[in-house]
Amino acid sequence: MNKAPLRWSDVTPRHLWLNRRAFIAGAGAAAVAGPAVAGLTYSPSAYSTSEEPNSLEEITSYNNFYEFGTGKEDPSRNAGALTTDPWSIVIDGLVDRPGSYDLADVLKDQPLEERIYRFRCVEAWSMIIPWIGFQLSGLLNRVGVQPGAKYVAFETLVRPEEMPGQQSPILDWPYREGLRLDEAMNPLTILATGLYGEVLPNQNGAPIRLVVPWKYGFKSIKSIVRISLVAEEPPTTWNMLQPSEYGFYANVNPTVDHPRWSQASERRIGAGLFGGRQDTLMFNGYEEEVASLYSGMDLAKFY
Amino acid sequence: MDRLNALSRRVPVNAVYLAGVLPFLWIVWLTLTNGLGPDPVKAIELRLGELGLQFLVAGLAITPLRWAGLNLIRFRRAVGLLAFFYVSMHLLAWVTLDMGLRWEQMAADLVKRWYIIIGMLAFATMIPLAVTSTNAAIRRLGPAAWNRLHRLVYVSALGGAIHYLMLVKAWPVEPLAYLAAVVVLLGLRLWRHGRRQVAQSA
Repeated sequence: MNKAPLRWSDVTPRHLWLNRRAFIAGAGAAAVAGPAVAGLTYSPSAYSTSEEPNSLEEITSYNNFYEFGTGKEDPSRNAGALTTDPWSIVIDGLVDRPGSYDLADVLKDQPLEERIYRFRCVEAWSMIIPWIGFQLSGLLNRVGVQPGAKYVAFETLVRPEEMPGQQSPILDWPYREGLRLDEAMNPLTILATGLYGEVLPNQNGAPIRLVVPWKYGFKSIKSIVRISLVAEEPPTTWNMLQPSEYGFYANVNPTVDHPRWSQASERRIGAGLFGGRQDTLMFNGYEEEVASLYSGMDLAKFY
Repeated sequence: MDRLNALSRRVPVNAVYLAGVLPFLWIVWLTLTNGLGPDPVKAIELRLGELGLQFLVAGLAITPLRWAGLNLIRFRRAVGLLAFFYVSMHLLAWVTLDMGLRWEQMAADLVKRWYIIIGMLAFATMIPLAVTSTNAAIRRLGPAAWNRLHRLVYVSALGGAIHYLMLVKAWPVEPLAYLAAVVVLLGLRLWRHGRRQVAQSA
């Protein structure tokens, strides 16, 4: 049945996890989930792509998460020690109900959906990832965005004793990211808490991370502990490090190259040894949903 | 040191060639057994490139080691040719596996991307060195001209290390370590050259 040789993407065949999902849905997640496995309850989404997702192994062993080291396999190796419970998020700035919210409180009443998104790294590789999450707009509406707020700023946890990468100053910790308010309110923008129907593995940004599928991956900040509504464009980590290479917007754009390499094409992880490349799509294929956010803007200038 | 020299004289040059291709066979083995992780293409490319740099650094170390009394000059040709082999394989992996024979994009990159221009330049400087690596070529060129020509390897090694540093994000340790090794090994030559000139003019 299987063709030899086996590839990484064969490890979790689509029909298997589809089965597992149906099983969980049918029998009740709490009743069948093993002690270490927390199955999530969620609904499908019209925003999902029909493309074949990468295997769980690929998604969880090939990560850029410099808090755990600069190598792609460092996060899967080093992230196990991260404590994600208890977890709270400070929501502050220009909001009606600021405060330190427990994670359970952040998630309360937010409907979880599966969003199977394309994920395009600024390094010109890509994956298809079945996130579980909810729209950021739902949370922002709940805490009440004040009229003066124009941007949303995010921060990752700083805990060098559990995040060994933070023991060296390779980036200016904490990792910071930001969105314009209209980008944050776009229905494609989600806070993800799961992957493949289960809670997010640590190396993917547990317990809660941003996913902005039309932007390069570094915008999708992981392990968030702070969300601030602000009036001015907030400083963002990669932009602070090399402003000529990493812009605030960082929209996926095959016509605007990184100064050192081309963004015209990408390699799909899991495509195999001779999988070659595919053309990168404008806004990572989400042009219809987000192009209007940038009408009239010079995207070569606001890269 | 004398014992080390005596020991090295007992090692046949072919053993260096044999040991030098073992990492290549290891990469082939890992590729066939899915041992290179989710992105085998990048892993192959990176390993081949790093091996090329390692042999370049090893080749550059031979002369300073001789100043210190350890004579490994017999192995220098093997080390140099192995460096050329790995750099060639690295380029081949880029053209076929990474770029998937997208000639147009490669051609555009070749005139626009500094890391590719510098990497390609470093490879190009190794071609005449590999071609003139035979005894016959040394005789034909004469030792003085041959030595002058083979100083091109300074460009290859420096170019290779800069190429690596230019394609990474932020400042990870590995490319900095290779560049530091090359700079130190070339710096030692400059330093010795300077001292000799002072000695001559005195």
